[in-house]
Amino acid sequence: MPHLVSDTALIFGRYARQTLRSTPALVFGMVQPLLFLVFFGPLLTDVPLGGQGSSWQTIVPGILVQLGLFSASFAGIGLILERRTGVIERMRVTPVSRLALLMGRVLKDVVQLLTQSVVLVCVAVALGLRAPVLGVAIGFLFVGVLTVSLASLSYALAMRVATPQGFAPVINSLTMPAMLLSGILLPMSLGPRWLDVTSHFVPFRYLVDGVRAAFAGEYGDGKIASAAVVATALAAVSVTLGARLFRQAGA
Amino acid sequence: MAVITTNGLTHTFRTKRGPVTAVRGIDLTVERGEILGFLGPNGAGKTTTLRMLTTLLPPTGGSATVAGHDLARDPAGVRRRIGYVAQSGGVDPTVSVREELVTQGRLYRMDKPGATARAAELARELDLTALLDRPCAALSGGQRRRLDIALGLVHRPGILFLDEPTTGLDPGSRADLWQLIRRLRAEHGMTVCLTTHYLDEAEALSDRLVIVDQGLVAAEGTARDLKAEYGGSPDATLQDAFIAVTGRGAAPRDPAPLAV
Ligand SMILES: Nc1ncnc2c1ncn2[C@@H]1O[C@H](COP(=O)(O)OP(=O)(O)O)[C@@H](O)[C@H]1O
Ligand SMILES: [Mg+2]
Repeated sequence: MPHLVSDTALIFGRYARQTLRSTPALVFGMVQPLLFLVFFGPLLTDVPLGGQGSSWQTIVPGILVQLGLFSASFAGIGLILERRTGVIERMRVTPVSRLALLMGRVLKDVVQLLTQSVVLVCVAVALGLRAPVLGVAIGFLFVGVLTVSLASLSYALAMRVATPQGFAPVINSLTMPAMLLSGILLPMSLGPRWLDVTSHFVPFRYLVDGVRAAFAGEYGDGKIASAAVVATALAAVSVTLGARLFRQAGA
Repeated sequence: MAVITTNGLTHTFRTKRGPVTAVRGIDLTVERGEILGFLGPNGAGKTTTLRMLTTLLPPTGGSATVAGHDLARDPAGVRRRIGYVAQSGGVDPTVSVREELVTQGRLYRMDKPGATARAAELARELDLTALLDRPCAALSGGQRRRLDIALGLVHRPGILFLDEPTTGLDPGSRADLWQLIRRLRAEHGMTVCLTTHYLDEAEALSDRLVIVDQGLVAAEGTARDLKAEYGGSPDATLQDAFIAVTGRGAAPRDPAPLAV
């Protein structure tokens, strides 16, 4: 695959320009996490969250993972609409690398998400977040890998269903429980034991815990290591599956 | 010399309501420089056949060689040598004509200066130069179709597949497109496979016709052959032959008489 890198860069450029052309979508994507930061964050300033560090160090990682979870899971909607215009078949009939058709899009989603994350963290700092730069960087890395995984799966599903109406219910029924069971809003360790145990079967739980540990500067307690293992495994499975579906011609 | 040969080419879609065999074993030979018209009612399997020949859909049976490459074993080799223009085209309405053309060149692995130069050249050839900086959404039907075809020609393919290239166009634009297709063959020796359900178009444009019905080749030959063999009388029309072969009329009546 000697052309994988240049093909991916080409596809990335196309979708990055498309995203930059639609500023409203970019801005609206930020509204929900900003509302959480501004109107939900201050509620918890003096509430003991049982976690490491300040309440901001607990809340901001949750908001970042939530943003990644929802925006990456719904990334496929754009692909479904684009399949209808015929652009996807027009590209698939060229020799362009199939994997690049997927990875170029995924890469754009990652860059978009990291840009939004930087803005969110800056706002959070203004509101009172204090966190080590290394920890924030590790957090971004996890959110980036999560985006790679979920966006790949989302695009794979989008190659299989014909309409947004067939797509959205599937994604909704997966993202809502994933959000509630991963402790995105509040740490699961606050809850009853059965809930805490259940949440350990949801991979995102480890990511949320890992990002929180990173923001708290606690690099050695195993949470970051677990998150790294889960994130890597999830990405490997998702990209393999996504790539396979992209290679198979759309039936 | 044959540039396309197919052998029992078949495709069965697996759907929720069971298998649908859209193409049931098509045997074809297309010679270099030929304009071949696929004619058939809606749902006959024309698009499915083209999507197989252009590597978009893997055949579920049979085999084919396209431009010297085996469809199943070397789809990448096929892709480098063919152009395909789908029925609905394939442009992003928000992207400019120039960007679409340059991107297409880059998808065929041209470098940026090469793709830019090729975009300008194609724009001249297909009368798109004045439109290069417009978004695709701002083009008329005929202009859109010329852009779709330009996108299929970026890499100078030897074979061009056009799926219903003139459906929905006004008579003037249809006439322009016929001219263009003839010119591609005359100037570049291109082989063209097109589908249509306009009988006048099939007759005027194609060297040879393949009537597809229910996933099978129901008849093939020149328009003259088909009229003589199936038309029933010396002054039979292609419509007569078509009805005799398929048991019904071509999908819609041709929209308007067209001076050729
Ligand atoms: N993706 C698909 N899934 C299931 N059935 C399909 C699909 N595409 C086409 N078909 C069916 O295959 C048959 C042939 O369709 P098509 O090749 O599009 O015909 P044509 O282009 O001649 O109008 C039709 O019955 C159509 O409903
Ligand atoms: Mg069709």
